[in-house]
Amino acid sequence: MKFSEEFEARFTEMLTHYPTRRSALVPSLLYAQDEVGSLNDEVIAELARRLDLTELEVRNVISYYSMLTTKPRGKYNVQVCTNIACMLRGGEEILDHCKKKLGIGHKGTTQDGLFSLEEVECIGACSWAPAVQVNYDFHENLTNEKMDQVLDDYKKKGTQ
Amino acid sequence: MATLVSHPDEVRVISKRFGQGATDIDRYLQLDGYKAVQKALAMQPDALINEVKNSGLRGRGGAGFSTGMKWSFVPKQSAKPKYVLCNGDESEPGTCKDRLIFEHDPHSVIEGVMIAALAVGSHTGYIYIRGEYRYLSVIMQKAIKDAYAKGFLGKNIFGSGYDLDIYWHGGAGAYEVGEESALMESLEGKRGIPRIRPPFPAIVGLWGGPTVINNAETLAAVPHIILGGADWYAKLGTPKNGGTRLFCLSGNLNQPGVYELPMGYNLKKMIYEVGGGIPNGRELKAVVPGGSSTPVLLAQEIDVAMDFDSLAKAGTMLGSGGVVVLDDTTCIVKFALRTIKFYQHESCGWCIPCREGTDWLKKTLTRFHAGAGLKKDIDNIYYLAENMLGKTFCPLGDAAAMPTMAFVKKFRKEFEDHLDGKPCPFEKAGEAVLV
Repeated sequence: MKFSEEFEARFTEMLTHYPTRRSALVPSLLYAQDEVGSLNDEVIAELARRLDLTELEVRNVISYYSMLTTKPRGKYNVQVCTNIACMLRGGEEILDHCKKKLGIGHKGTTQDGLFSLEEVECIGACSWAPAVQVNYDFHENLTNEKMDQVLDDYKKKGTQ
Repeated sequence: MATLVSHPDEVRVISKRFGQGATDIDRYLQLDGYKAVQKALAMQPDALINEVKNSGLRGRGGAGFSTGMKWSFVPKQSAKPKYVLCNGDESEPGTCKDRLIFEHDPHSVIEGVMIAALAVGSHTGYIYIRGEYRYLSVIMQKAIKDAYAKGFLGKNIFGSGYDLDIYWHGGAGAYEVGEESALMESLEGKRGIPRIRPPFPAIVGLWGGPTVINNAETLAAVPHIILGGADWYAKLGTPKNGGTRLFCLSGNLNQPGVYELPMGYNLKKMIYEVGGGIPNGRELKAVVPGGSSTPVLLAQEIDVAMDFDSLAKAGTMLGSGGVVVLDDTTCIVKFALRTIKFYQHESCGWCIPCREGTDWLKKTLTRFHAGAGLKKDIDNIYYLAENMLGKTFCPLGDAAAMPTMAFVKKFRKEFEDHLDGKPCPFEKAGEAVLV
């Protein structure tokens, strides 16, 4: 299977960083997932082949890391932190608000495939709580109104 | 981009380049960058280790172990390559400090790794950054590339004849990987399951080679110690607790933020002066002083110096510097439940006491918070937690047990108020969620 040139360059270079090929696995999985959308059978087979691993070994690693997924997510994965620091400043209300607004629950995806929703553990934004990550972008010091704005902006961006 | 804050009581060492554009290598050089490593190249490894030992620098990841001591455990001679591994898998709830270091001063971490490598005779370093911090990985990868381009990394660094490579490595979402042995497993491309110790990583670490593992903030402090001297750094803090640290103030505060304060700064002042006190006219109820795994302090217990030893004396820990402030509207049972939900989610399941303990605690606390608890559950919660303590390969079990035991011990009355089918006294009527 084919990845982008950027992926290939990164992957080839990364292999030179470690004494074992396997060490490149975790970051490679995440970069592959970002490109393909999920770690489907084809991606797993390809990375297993390249890193001299069995497919089972790769799946075994995937199931450990919470960012890795074998199922496709929406174009924008809305990850709402409800851990202690966010909880104290309204993280749960933000999650409820997103559920209502998007009409989906935890790990759900909207029918148009634009949004997924996920309740996540601490994302390292405690001093700027409540916080949400949409894919890799942080949105902090949120209120329901600001959250609406964030979602509307992504919706606009995604349907253009 | 996280917002920066400031307070007159701050002593800026690690954060002195924040907001100064130091991600740019030329700007970093203008701000005394890469001077410490050049000084270190002219020093003997033992002198470097002693300097860091004498500075009183202790691990900023949470354990508070002497950094110089840790380095001294690495054997001088080794048949296998030695490694330095920077732990940037910051994920302890309440902690968001390494994020600022990577965002504003990535070269200080690289320089810290370089000095650690010189001290222990290593030629390879890794900087591991959690997967969620993608924008910081981009910053760090560029910083490393720029350092290579200047000849600061690679073969014959600064014309010294010393070869040193440093690489970025990324995670993919796992709290446990912040534990040193799980971190190595992850870097080796495996599930982050902890290793039994001994042997400690200083003897048998990455790919079997001796390995020094330090938190990103710890390593970022090292260049300042080498340039400013051990005495200067030690005197910034309290005895045996050298220097400053980044305190992440969060929760019910008027001015939450990451502030750099001297070790031993008074917690009460930190909350009421630096953090601006409790908003909305509410009262302080409790403080989690060093990340979610540290036992809670009551409002009457906060007149305490924020250093490793003073907090140990107070029955808790300085941990990772995450100060989470709870006002009097917070339900402790719910807070305990949210804490344990996290540890249950993050437990890898390798050690049975942690796997089963966190699961039962979550179930019991969920039921309890919903008003279906029994009186004996209160002791049962304590008993379950106590039976995880010290019985697991890595400290995740302890991290779940310690706060839980403190919640029960210090807030038993509040647990009792949830008994007999009563709705949670802190939830508005009709909002209590039944399981």
